[in-house]
Amino acid sequence: MSTDHDTIPFDEAIAVFDPVLGLETHVELGTASKMWCGCPTEFGADANTQVCPVCLGLPGSMPVVNAAAVESTIRMGLALNCSIAEWCRFARKNYFYPDMPKDYQISQYDEPLCFDGYLDVTVETDDGPREFRVEIERVHMEEDTGKLTHTGGATGRIHGADYSLVDYNRAGIPLIEIVTKPVAGAGALAPQVARAYVTELRDLMRALGVSDVRMEEGSLRCDVNVSLARPGEPWGTRSETKNVNSLRSVERAVHSEIERQAHVLLNGGRVVQETRHFHEDTGRSTSGRSKEQAEDYRYFPEPDLVPVAPSREWVEELRGTLPENPSVKRARLRAEWGISDHDFQTIVNAGALDLVEESIAAGVDQAAARKWWTGELTRVANDREIELDALGVTPAHIARIEALLADGSLSDKLARQVFEGIIAGEGDVDAVVSGRGLVVVSDDSALLEAIDVALAEQPDVVEKIQGGKVQAAGAIVGAVMKATRGQADAAKVRTLLLERLGVSE
Amino acid sequence: MTSITRAEVEHLARLARLELSDDEIDHYAGQLDVILQSVARVSEVAGADIPPTSHPIPMVNVFREDISRPGLAREDIAAGAPAWEDDRFRVPRILDEE
Repeated sequence: MSTDHDTIPFDEAIAVFDPVLGLETHVELGTASKMWCGCPTEFGADANTQVCPVCLGLPGSMPVVNAAAVESTIRMGLALNCSIAEWCRFARKNYFYPDMPKDYQISQYDEPLCFDGYLDVTVETDDGPREFRVEIERVHMEEDTGKLTHTGGATGRIHGADYSLVDYNRAGIPLIEIVTKPVAGAGALAPQVARAYVTELRDLMRALGVSDVRMEEGSLRCDVNVSLARPGEPWGTRSETKNVNSLRSVERAVHSEIERQAHVLLNGGRVVQETRHFHEDTGRSTSGRSKEQAEDYRYFPEPDLVPVAPSREWVEELRGTLPENPSVKRARLRAEWGISDHDFQTIVNAGALDLVEESIAAGVDQAAARKWWTGELTRVANDREIELDALGVTPAHIARIEALLADGSLSDKLARQVFEGIIAGEGDVDAVVSGRGLVVVSDDSALLEAIDVALAEQPDVVEKIQGGKVQAAGAIVGAVMKATRGQADAAKVRTLLLERLGVSE
Repeated sequence: MTSITRAEVEHLARLARLELSDDEIDHYAGQLDVILQSVARVSEVAGADIPPTSHPIPMVNVFREDISRPGLAREDIAAGAPAWEDDRFRVPRILDEE
């Protein structure tokens, strides 16, 4: 396996080959109950506490379709500019693997609910933004599978495990699969196009409110198909890389697969049609099962479920519920806010667009909203490797903090401590402020007392200041800030202590 | 007319995780052939304008509202499981070491 992932540099690969991409994205819908039964869908519940005879595949149990899941799928399809089937069936996909207790997964086969759409995505290049249209082949409904834990063996991986343990809480959660048509012509931008597509898809689903689309919790998962061909030649054999679990990894997976396949082809080899597994830690993939023997699922129309035939009235009604398309919204906000492309892109890249917009709507000054979300809060989210909106800080929190800053009861430094408290789960702004006793010390007598103590402790500094080295006052200010646990206004301390010493700036 | 091959029966048996002896393969190949021929006869009668029937009852859009309710008690599930460990179903090794 040591030669399994030899590569040549990306630029050299792209100089010879054109990449063709295909992306299959699975999204868990945010319904209250599962696809075919009323079991709850809460993430992180204790193992096997959200299961029933239907999702355990017990004999005699019968599935019934969740209306909200159909509705969400149609809305997603409409937002992706798809046609909506007038009549379609579910299909049974047969396979033996313990992640599904029924030994089949109910999915859709040749009759997807939504088909033939597109999604426009924008990629930043050195020559400015460039737009690509990613065509959508289909959006179909299916159910998620259970979660396996492999036990024994050295690695916790499936190979070499002694046995596996299964939690079926996730089995039967509504899942939609969104499949693109082949994306060709992106050239060296292919990795960025892949990432931009998944990002756009995520934003779209978030705007639709059909899923919380958290890659880190697995509610959005992506399989990346890549093939290479020399210009003008027929498309090559594709590989499918699974386990791509972050937006960054989507880009990295395409990038490294182009480098790997180019190495194979340039050394006279042939690309094998196979499933590969991406590893976050190394940014590389390893070979999984080869496709040839795997794909015989004997799909047939699901006999336990009747067809879905959405009326045109229903479809049009749902079309009326679509929110503003994220790309349209971006253009609108960019114009409304009148900020530079760079500043705007910083907000978008931080995933802070909605948060900034909502903060402004909550009364926060635009610059302040941008400052908090793309500065301090983005830094904390990056440190914790979570999404910005998973921090637990809301636009309402920002509005409250800004109000306290405006009336002088908080300083910037204290505001940071308030965020820290909110993120640590200590409650809302006022709860953290009172819980931690965060108050700006503005009472002059208290400050003067602290200043006198600091002056008395550092006579050498006092001497310097009085000798004309006003910049030495910083040491005294620092001591006072420390004594007041950061709750004083540093500028004010400085003014007061200079007054005390009878020195002017 | 139709004639199912031994190779096809072996393939189907493998997909269904059935281990068949040589005699059994011959035996089932003959039986499956009868079934296929019967289906083929139906196909002859059905005109091109009649689509294959997957659902005998002309009914669509049977949905339920998206309301959750508690599932089964975990001890009841555990009691019915062939093997159980750490609140999960214990299943045999999935892949052999490669």
